Amino acid sequence: MWNYTDKVKEHFFNPKNAGALETANAVGEVGSITCGDALKLMMKVNPDTNVIEDARFQTFGCGSAIASSSALTEMIIGKTVDEALVITNRDIAEYLGGLPPEKMHCSVMGAEALRAAIANFKGEEWVDDHEEGELVCKCFGIDAAMIERAVTVNNLTTLEEVTNYTKAGGSCQTCHEKIEEVLEAVLAKQAAKPPEKSPLLPVAGIKPAPAPAPKADAPVAAAPKMTNVQRMQSIMMAIEEIRPQLQRDGGDVELVDIDGKDIYVRLSGACTGCSQSASTMMGVQMKLVEKLGEFVRVKPASMLVGA
Amino acid sequence: MAGIYLDNNATTRVDDAVVEAMLPLFTQHFGNASSMHAFGGAVGGLIEKARQQVQALLGAAHDTEIVFTASGTESDNTAILSALEAYPKKRTIITSVVEHPAVLSLCDYLENKRGITVHRIPVDSRGNLDIDAYKAALSPDVAIVSFMWANNETGTLFPIEELAKMAKAVGALFHTDAVQAVGKIPMRLADSAIDMLSLSGHKLHAPKGVGALYVKRGTRFRPMLRGGHQERSRRAGTENAPGIVGLGKAAELALQHMADENTRVRALRDKLERAILAAVPNCFVTGNPDVRLPNTANIAFEYIEGEAILLLLNENGIAASSGSACTSGSLEPSHVMRAMGVPYTAAHGATRFSLSRDTTEEEINHVIAVVPGIIERLRALSPYWSKSGADAKGFAPVYS
Repeated sequence: MWNYTDKVKEHFFNPKNAGALETANAVGEVGSITCGDALKLMMKVNPDTNVIEDARFQTFGCGSAIASSSALTEMIIGKTVDEALVITNRDIAEYLGGLPPEKMHCSVMGAEALRAAIANFKGEEWVDDHEEGELVCKCFGIDAAMIERAVTVNNLTTLEEVTNYTKAGGSCQTCHEKIEEVLEAVLAKQAAKPPEKSPLLPVAGIKPAPAPAPKADAPVAAAPKMTNVQRMQSIMMAIEEIRPQLQRDGGDVELVDIDGKDIYVRLSGACTGCSQSASTMMGVQMKLVEKLGEFVRVKPASMLVGA
Repeated sequence: MAGIYLDNNATTRVDDAVVEAMLPLFTQHFGNASSMHAFGGAVGGLIEKARQQVQALLGAAHDTEIVFTASGTESDNTAILSALEAYPKKRTIITSVVEHPAVLSLCDYLENKRGITVHRIPVDSRGNLDIDAYKAALSPDVAIVSFMWANNETGTLFPIEELAKMAKAVGALFHTDAVQAVGKIPMRLADSAIDMLSLSGHKLHAPKGVGALYVKRGTRFRPMLRGGHQERSRRAGTENAPGIVGLGKAAELALQHMADENTRVRALRDKLERAILAAVPNCFVTGNPDVRLPNTANIAFEYIEGEAILLLLNENGIAASSGSACTSGSLEPSHVMRAMGVPYTAAHGATRFSLSRDTTEEEINHVIAVVPGIIERLRALSPYWSKSGADAKGFAPVYS
């Protein structure tokens, strides 16, 4: 039996703001009946003040899905749209005094519905990720962007956590490798730069979790007294951090040689012949400059003398 | 009312008479049955009596055909692994898509790690086995066929005797996971083609931690556990004497209550089912209503989710079970519902009420009184209901 908090029980047994809202001018629908939960969030937003004056929900789902929906409506009523935008799934879970790890996806559904409803109010096109075609988890219709958001907001580090929060990978398990790639890419990004604002979240404005402190052996800023070995290690590490992003698009990059300020790499897979390969090389170069704290030039391996 | 327990397919209350039979084994007859003294001898005699009690329940020809184990799962694993070891040249298993994980997970493992070919025979929308697919899968390479006698979720019965005969015709061993069937339907294994049968104590009012495997005399057998001569070297390890004695007593009681189970309990189940179907729109019975256990009713409520139903039932003092994704943490609705092609709109709301001889009419009346309100309350929350509820009368799901 799930160990639900009293707050979850309260919101399940006596849900607040349940039912249809006829006067709604912002509606978000997420989930699907095949997944086992779905949420329709309806809000009445004052167009002059942008204040959410009323909110109702209809939910198909388990106890914690219903409780999360109820909590969400309580949290957003009275807030302006922009204030509501910063609410994350973690805030919903915290409001409820916590959710069992396996049930965190219910709070994610709440946050997704909120984003969808606000996008609807703003007249933006809410991209129904579930029909985009680039699904990571086909069983539950979860795409990379949703996994990235969950990982960023909740500081997730393992595949198991991603499944608990998003359901992705919870069924046939064939996408586990893909999930790990997405996860690695986000983690690499978090390690690489201080997250002042996350580029992943144009609509939600979800506040990113503080990034983990840079590892001691991965110098972020200039390290003038680096030995040759340390420098080589830094270069290799930086390349490793870039790889998952390229692999996600079917490409890859490998370090071929280091000659002073010239660093030779080979692009492979989908990167070969890709029209963006020049900017990819530029991206690799920027990354290395940032990592090493010195100017270097990234060149294709084909330019190596004697190659 | 202390609470209405309608989850007897999950586990049962240990009968008071069973507890009474077990108690002396803890402090009085505590000896090791293998020991050469009176303490051990007394226990050995009690275990043999239990063996005869289980033999009687199964209608087996010999008491030595009963091997005590620790669970139904152990019995299932033992039977399948034994067949593969006893017939090393045969590398195929036939089972069904709706088996208990005790069989399915083992088959997955054998397929992945040992290269065994596994045929998983599908079922139709009523949970009936696809006999033609079974026929097609049968071959001399089949080491063992393993089909459940009764499905734990729907109670649907497979035609076990017919299936066993077909297996024998190609020289395959036939095993049945009868964990849900034993004690609920009469059996006579002495006249049967079944080679091996698994049962579990806690499904028939004995305690948890004891089970048995029936192995027909003459069946080639290889033990899974080695390390002692207990159970005639078929299952090493000091006997769980209290559990075994409890299982023996429970078997005796099950035989006595068999008629009650198939008349009074069946009538209560039917009453419950009829009343709910009459009072609640958009729900239906899953499995084969004509060929099933007398105690099980699995009703799929459309457009609502099982865990939410269970939580509200629990608030009303009613314990039931659900094949919904959320109750298990597996995120997928039950493999049984999916195998039968129950639409997702209903599979998530499939709710199992499993009765026992302890169930009273008063309890059933209470359940009948509260279920419609619970379903209505959850549907009022459901985004799917307002649309479909409007034309509920014209509603005719493919599945009904």
